[in-house]
Amino acid sequence: MTAFFRPVFALGTTEFRIALRNRWVTITVALMALFALVLSAAGSAPTGDVGVDALSVTVASLTSLGVYLVPLMALLMSFDAVAGEIERGTLSLTLTYPVSRTGILMGKFIAHLAVLTIAVGAGYGLAAITALATDPEAVTGLPALLRLFWSSILLGAVFLALGYALSAIARRPGAAAGLAIGVWLALVVLYDLGLLAAVVADGGGVFTTRALPWLLLANPADAFRLYNLAASEATAAASGLGGAAQTIPALHALISVLLWPLAAFGLAVAALRRVTP
Amino acid sequence: MMPRLTLSHVTKRYDGVTALDAVAFTVAPGERVALLGHNGAGKSTLMKIVLGLIPATSGQVEVLGAAPGSQAAREGTAYLPENVAFHPALTGLEQIRLYLRLRGCDPAQAMGLLERVGLGEAARRRIGTYSKGMRQRVGLAQALIGQPRLLILDEPTSGLDPVSRREFYAILDGLAAEGAAILLSSHALTEVEARTDRIVILSKGCLMANDTLHALRRQAALPIRLQISARPGAADQVAAQLSGGRRNGVMVDLTCAHDEKLTRLGHIAALKGLIEDVEIIPPSLEDLYSHFSRRDDQ
Repeated sequence: MTAFFRPVFALGTTEFRIALRNRWVTITVALMALFALVLSAAGSAPTGDVGVDALSVTVASLTSLGVYLVPLMALLMSFDAVAGEIERGTLSLTLTYPVSRTGILMGKFIAHLAVLTIAVGAGYGLAAITALATDPEAVTGLPALLRLFWSSILLGAVFLALGYALSAIARRPGAAAGLAIGVWLALVVLYDLGLLAAVVADGGGVFTTRALPWLLLANPADAFRLYNLAASEATAAASGLGGAAQTIPALHALISVLLWPLAAFGLAVAALRRVTP
Repeated sequence: MMPRLTLSHVTKRYDGVTALDAVAFTVAPGERVALLGHNGAGKSTLMKIVLGLIPATSGQVEVLGAAPGSQAAREGTAYLPENVAFHPALTGLEQIRLYLRLRGCDPAQAMGLLERVGLGEAARRRIGTYSKGMRQRVGLAQALIGQPRLLILDEPTSGLDPVSRREFYAILDGLAAEGAAILLSSHALTEVEARTDRIVILSKGCLMANDTLHALRRQAALPIRLQISARPGAADQVAAQLSGGRRNGVMVDLTCAHDEKLTRLGHIAALKGLIEDVEIIPPSLEDLYSHFSRRDDQ
């Protein structure tokens, strides 16, 4: 192992152990499993009428759920990452070891992303099993579920990295928690409400046709939703802004989904570099 | 011998406040240097500059022949921060294994390090259950990893009981004997007195003193106290004859300069019949510390 990755791996395994001890793994897995089961049960009722397999319907529901839940879980795991270490005095100590700041963040990132992957995998896996057990046609929905799975991990990665950035900017765990909730509300809830209000006020004018698609792509949560909805036509009507999905190519949404984790991680590294221990 | 740590004219300013003002001193291999000063005197700032955690505004710092914070400096330097608190969910063993892996050492050494600081029994318990003194020992254990050539210890004995302090200094003596250079800050002056080779006193960011305790005593020329126990009923007479101050029924206090000591003792010896005992009390480190750290106010 190279000199850079040895400490990253050491920090990652330690961070994963902390996540296990703090019950983060248990909590997130239980949460995802519970919601996946509830959605599977609720989603299986109307299948016959629409003529779509059970899993595709569940995927549409999981997309709407994931867009709220995955960022929330990611922020809850990451908001303490830097501020907590500053408070305990371990950040300055770790920085005197032969480890780079990027390496410290990468170690935490790998561990937290592993926890998210386990939780999302457990939840979506349960949904797949439930759908396959009740409807043999559900196999046709598997590609959509797989796409939802890896894009959810990327969405989680964005909000993990944003959480680290907030943690480094706030420097105190309490302030970081407040900022994390604020960012979740702003990006996941209020952003769409704001856009909806603007669309209504605009009445189909320049804003709706020109600016709206780009504004949707600029938000990682919306890009995630657009990508998953655009890729499965059967569910395009499932979201409030689903109509916009038709006007935005899935490729654009995919690019946004892929670029956001890199940009957010870059932001987190920049924020940590500015911390004076 | 080349110093392990060299500071020359190190100045640090934060938004108009001068935290360190042209501080210069060195620490040689095998030397234990105590850094003394009030809270806010600049001790922690100085240590963070040495560790490369914050840059100096001006001046030069050389750590193990390299720049502070460089790979070479970090590989050979160990640090114990003030009041460090490790993650409560990890055990002492897991925490030390992590630090060993970060230094590229074999994690199997963790148990040996914890036994060395007296935490062998508690190694598999979570740090959340540790007392402050035990957490401090975890901090010391990580500072011993990989035979560091320079140790920077910020208030290392705060939270330790007297027995633990003695054990702690015994470990430091061992490290210094093997050639490690040690810079430690402390508030506990009496323990520093016996256990370090040189004393550096900072006050408001300025270096007020940098010498051995013996040399500082001579330099300060503080008066020596002579404490005389008079025979019952003779205290007044002794005080009058020696023109000293009577403290209570039997004790008489005198002070004198270093070079008057023998003359004064001669006077006391002449009153043999009236006196039970004499104690010679040299200026304590507290006296010296007050003397040097107040010098700029005069």
